[in-house]
Amino acid sequence: MGKSVRLKKGYDIKLIGEASSQIQEIPSAEIFAVKPTDYLSLTPKLAVKEGQEVLIGDSLFYDKKRPEINFPSPVSGEVVEIVRGAKRKILEVRVLADKSQKAAKVKVPGSLTAESIKEVILKGNLWGVIRQRPFSTIANTEDKPKAIFVSTFDSAPLAPDLSFVISQDKEAFKKGLEVLNTLSDSNLYIGVSGKDNLEINVGEVTTFEGPHPAGNVGIQIHHTSPIRANELVWYVDTQDVILLGDLFLTGEYKPERIVAITGSEVNDPKYLKLRIGQSLTSVWEDFVPGQGVRYIQGNVLTGTTSKPEDFLSFYTSHLTVIPEGTEAEFLGWLLPSAKKLSLSRTYFSWLMPKKKYAIDTNTHGEERAFVVSGQYEKVLPMNIMPVQLLKAIMAKDIERMEALGIYEVAEEDLALCEFVCSSKIDVQKIVREGLDLMQEEG
Amino acid sequence: MKFIRNLVDSVKPNFEKGGKLEKWHPAFEAFETLLFVPGETTKNGVHIKDAMDMKRTMMTVIISLIPCLLFGMWNVGHQHYLAFGMEASLMEKFIFGALKVLPIIVVSYAVGLGVEFIFGVIKGHPISEGYLVTGLLIPLTLPVTVPLWMVALGAVFCTLLGKEIFGGTGFNFMNPALLARAFMFFAFPAFMSGEVWTDLSPEAGQTILDAYSGATNLAIFDNDYSAIQSVPDLFWGFEQGSIGETSAFACLLGAAWLIISGVGSWRIIVSVFAGGFLTGLLMNFLAPADNLMHSMHMPALNHLLIGSFAFGAVFMATDPVTAAHTQKGKVIYGLLIGAFTVILRVFNPAYPEGVMLSILLFNVFAPLIDHIVVEQHIKSRLKHA
Repeated sequence: MGKSVRLKKGYDIKLIGEASSQIQEIPSAEIFAVKPTDYLSLTPKLAVKEGQEVLIGDSLFYDKKRPEINFPSPVSGEVVEIVRGAKRKILEVRVLADKSQKAAKVKVPGSLTAESIKEVILKGNLWGVIRQRPFSTIANTEDKPKAIFVSTFDSAPLAPDLSFVISQDKEAFKKGLEVLNTLSDSNLYIGVSGKDNLEINVGEVTTFEGPHPAGNVGIQIHHTSPIRANELVWYVDTQDVILLGDLFLTGEYKPERIVAITGSEVNDPKYLKLRIGQSLTSVWEDFVPGQGVRYIQGNVLTGTTSKPEDFLSFYTSHLTVIPEGTEAEFLGWLLPSAKKLSLSRTYFSWLMPKKKYAIDTNTHGEERAFVVSGQYEKVLPMNIMPVQLLKAIMAKDIERMEALGIYEVAEEDLALCEFVCSSKIDVQKIVREGLDLMQEEG
Repeated sequence: MKFIRNLVDSVKPNFEKGGKLEKWHPAFEAFETLLFVPGETTKNGVHIKDAMDMKRTMMTVIISLIPCLLFGMWNVGHQHYLAFGMEASLMEKFIFGALKVLPIIVVSYAVGLGVEFIFGVIKGHPISEGYLVTGLLIPLTLPVTVPLWMVALGAVFCTLLGKEIFGGTGFNFMNPALLARAFMFFAFPAFMSGEVWTDLSPEAGQTILDAYSGATNLAIFDNDYSAIQSVPDLFWGFEQGSIGETSAFACLLGAAWLIISGVGSWRIIVSVFAGGFLTGLLMNFLAPADNLMHSMHMPALNHLLIGSFAFGAVFMATDPVTAAHTQKGKVIYGLLIGAFTVILRVFNPAYPEGVMLSILLFNVFAPLIDHIVVEQHIKSRLKHA
């Protein structure tokens, strides 16, 4: 084993509704949808027309600025509808699945080099799994990253146990890591949890211990090989490593995900085998009995709100359902309550560190100016001053943003700051505005 | 509860956009959110939020002030009956004090909140909770004999020039409560210093004792440090002074609650005390050997107990808006306040209480301290990278 990093700052929000280690296959509806909006700052251009037949892995649309980057269809069948929003923005490409599924095949050469790997991934239309820091956008194909990072565990509230997911497809995961190792010229860094016991034979393995966000790839990069000026690194999600592994083992796109469905409103939380782009309507119907809930693709800190008739997003490996908090609460700010969770010790939650909570979406107060200091610092395990960075972003002071480390962070790394903020400031939104500004200027 | 909710909902449309009383929306909102935490849900970003908000933060500070307030009320009565040499029960003393102190508090809140509401309505910004604390801090730093019109003036000065002209809570750079006190101190010195600390309203058939002196320990120690009261008296707070600041013990109770709840910065509290203590020791070391009564000989511990050192350290220096914001900055800020307080006390008898001035001074310097800390941080990041 390689290095070991122990993080003290951070916080594990303990919620009700953890997934049990069972996998259920969910039969899919016939209509699948791929959403260009899943990909950050992508301007999509259609590669297909309505009525066109596609195979699994065929391109549905591509990046207007980087036409070599294509996005694959998860099923074979007929493109039946292009759903557009305001200003004709493409929201969904819908494909009606055939009875018998056929996949497009990519030829994988026997001996792999970084160049040939790039070619296979591009031909397999899977480049979308490779993302970069800074900015968390899809990587440029011609860039030369300092390293590639993979975090093999997710520390977010109720997150799926990725070692369990990996154990379902060990071969593909192993192959995927090998491929990334070659692609990175043997500069592959893998973050593992001290609790897991994964067999990993390639790359530089670093063990991380401590509360969330220890599993965030940004935190791991910061503690193993921080991003200096003009540097960039690539990263790949664990489930996407498996997608890559499958592509290189079989030459085909195997768009399956093992997705944890969790949260206090879920009846029997467990793991589901879903296809990317699969309709979630039946999933919600089967697993969520109640009304007045919020469906989230992802976790409660960084996930996106999902409509009841949504489709599984490309990067989603986690679904959460929690109650909406639309009830106004009489003197809620004044009274003690054992049902509420707070990092401050003005509620009782600090006396019961093991208790699990069913937290709703109420903001518990209105937005205010920054008043209390020292809150964010407790939950950010990085050598970064979060409040000063946010203020620099709000002032659009680019030099200061750079100096304070904007390139090292993404929204998800500061999500806990937003959770604890007693002024109820939209931290993640501000971080994204800062990153967008840097990208425009850069 | 349901009844109140229905009542609020029934008048609410008048204050919404397009309603008859649209202009008064900030005022209505302030009352509504005081009664009910709104049923507002997260929109983007995190889906769940910590149960802590600004109202609860301020409430926590108010709770931490209760020991000082209750003790202060008792002590007002205690000092009063002491001056007349009368025996009185605990309850009698407390009630006497409460009757004297409550009007000051009422005026402070009514006037201060009034100004905040007017500003909220004119400017259309939400009314912040900050004054809930400020409104109690102001009375606790005043002598009990202060005229009520002066309290009102102080409250107006505090909200207007201490906060609102900068944009409201969170944007001010000096502690508003202390600013009010400083304003009153310099504008009306006759009411704010000298023999004003004990309420001497006449008691039928009683005369003030000859032994009574209105001089506080702060005034005494400049001439002969050994003539001040005993350490236990100072610690418990059986002394003359502003209403809420005589008891170091009550301040420490408040400090304990602030630190446990995580609302007050222990870094600041500890470092103000440390700064004062260390400077006190340094004074002892440098004190002239031929003048044994010189104030530089004052034991360092006593500096922490007399005057409003403890009150300032716990409740004034810790105001998160006007203190240093960086963790290292807080320590430097606290040490400097403590040190400067003792220096002011010893070397400038014209301003017996140095705490107020040194906190205000380092409120002004806090951004500079932060700036240095942040620059250091940036340099260390460059080296690290």
